[in-house]
Amino acid sequence: MLRYVYAADLAQFPKLQDTMFRDRADQFKNRLDWDVSVDENGWERDEYDALNPLYVIWENADGSHGGSMRFLPTTGQTMINDHFVHLTDGVRIESPLIWECTRFCLAPNADRRVTAGLVLGAGEVMQNFSLEHFVGVFDPRMERIYRILGVNPEVIGRKGEGSQEIGVGLWEFQEDARPRVQARAKVTQEQSRSWFNRAFNIPTQSHALDDRFGTFALA
Amino acid sequence: MSKLEDMQNLLNRATALEELQRVTEHLREHYQVNHVVYHWVNSVGERFGCGTYTTDWIDRYLEKDYLHIDPVIHGCFQRFNPVDWKSLDWSSKPARAFMKEAIEFGVGTQGYTIPMRGPNGQFALFTMNHTCSDEDWAAFIDKQQRDLILVAHGFNQRALAMEEGVFPLATPSLSPRELSAMTLLAKGKSRAQAADEMSISEHTLRVYIESARHKLGAMNTTHAVARSLAIGIIVV
Repeated sequence: MLRYVYAADLAQFPKLQDTMFRDRADQFKNRLDWDVSVDENGWERDEYDALNPLYVIWENADGSHGGSMRFLPTTGQTMINDHFVHLTDGVRIESPLIWECTRFCLAPNADRRVTAGLVLGAGEVMQNFSLEHFVGVFDPRMERIYRILGVNPEVIGRKGEGSQEIGVGLWEFQEDARPRVQARAKVTQEQSRSWFNRAFNIPTQSHALDDRFGTFALA
Repeated sequence: MSKLEDMQNLLNRATALEELQRVTEHLREHYQVNHVVYHWVNSVGERFGCGTYTTDWIDRYLEKDYLHIDPVIHGCFQRFNPVDWKSLDWSSKPARAFMKEAIEFGVGTQGYTIPMRGPNGQFALFTMNHTCSDEDWAAFIDKQQRDLILVAHGFNQRALAMEEGVFPLATPSLSPRELSAMTLLAKGKSRAQAADEMSISEHTLRVYIESARHKLGAMNTTHAVARSLAIGIIVV
């Protein structure tokens, strides 16, 4: 299932948290050899994890991490504006309608569905919060997979070589990609929306007058 | 004052809290809602705010130190996504008593809050509240969410400028590429032509325009071009 969790709440899911940061160490340090730091817990964390980002996480049936990505608003501090402005033509990308997406990570044994599931989650975030773009730092080898899903990024810059190559890319919402992404994730639109609504405690129309949400009516 | 562009222009010129205050009043009128409030904690932890709540309610809130039980503050503090008040936790006894009292003081039974962050730990909330049915409120938010996000950030940018004390002469700082994009649009070029001249894709151009729009405190692209010309950062 998909979880949407702010860093401040991550400790409520200890197994998910532990396996996510370990999988990030495995992917970014061991496999890609990016210049990242791994702490004494075996967790890969950076200064942006300390800014209370929103994580979109695929949780396996056993509660462990299947894959994840990290979002921050570009009106605050972001990795791209701090480190990669030379890859964006010197433009500091700042807008409440654009969020930054970084640390797209897959568990080593991730199911084929996971990438599609995460893309679906990113789409929910974009649509529900009226966002127009994501700007992301990503492993360019993911491009092929994004293309298969019909959500290929507009790559605006690249840096480094071999496994250490990183790309900076842009994504827009592509409604026409949704059926393909849902099919590959094996998740229906209703299921996807219900995970999102649960995470953000959004009452569905038919439940609007439930006790839980009817506080105003009672007051 | 009927157009959001006009209100955004007022915000862009604001140099004092009273001017932000007037914009909250215009917004209340524009949207025909009970209240519009903006409050802000700057990089050194000082708070200020403006809005249409009655002084009776503000005094009461401060006197009872409601900051510590207000679910809007608690539920939004660690977030950056817009929050409908229905999503917040009103289940505790103090929270319920607080809400009951708020309603007695004219606060709406429906609310929507946009939490915002600045680059140096600043934190702000823009809130709109009203009394209407769940269905009407959901439809209103669905329709207005994008504009409300833009207006909320208009307040925030002004608050940031006030903190830095760089107004009234401050002009938004746009990169050369953003200025090129604005210049080409001001000359009447289509997006496709502008992208072509800049040797970038239309998608990239849209992101540069969106970024420029935000920095200019504009409601849309046309407004952003007009602002660029008005403040003289581009010449056609």
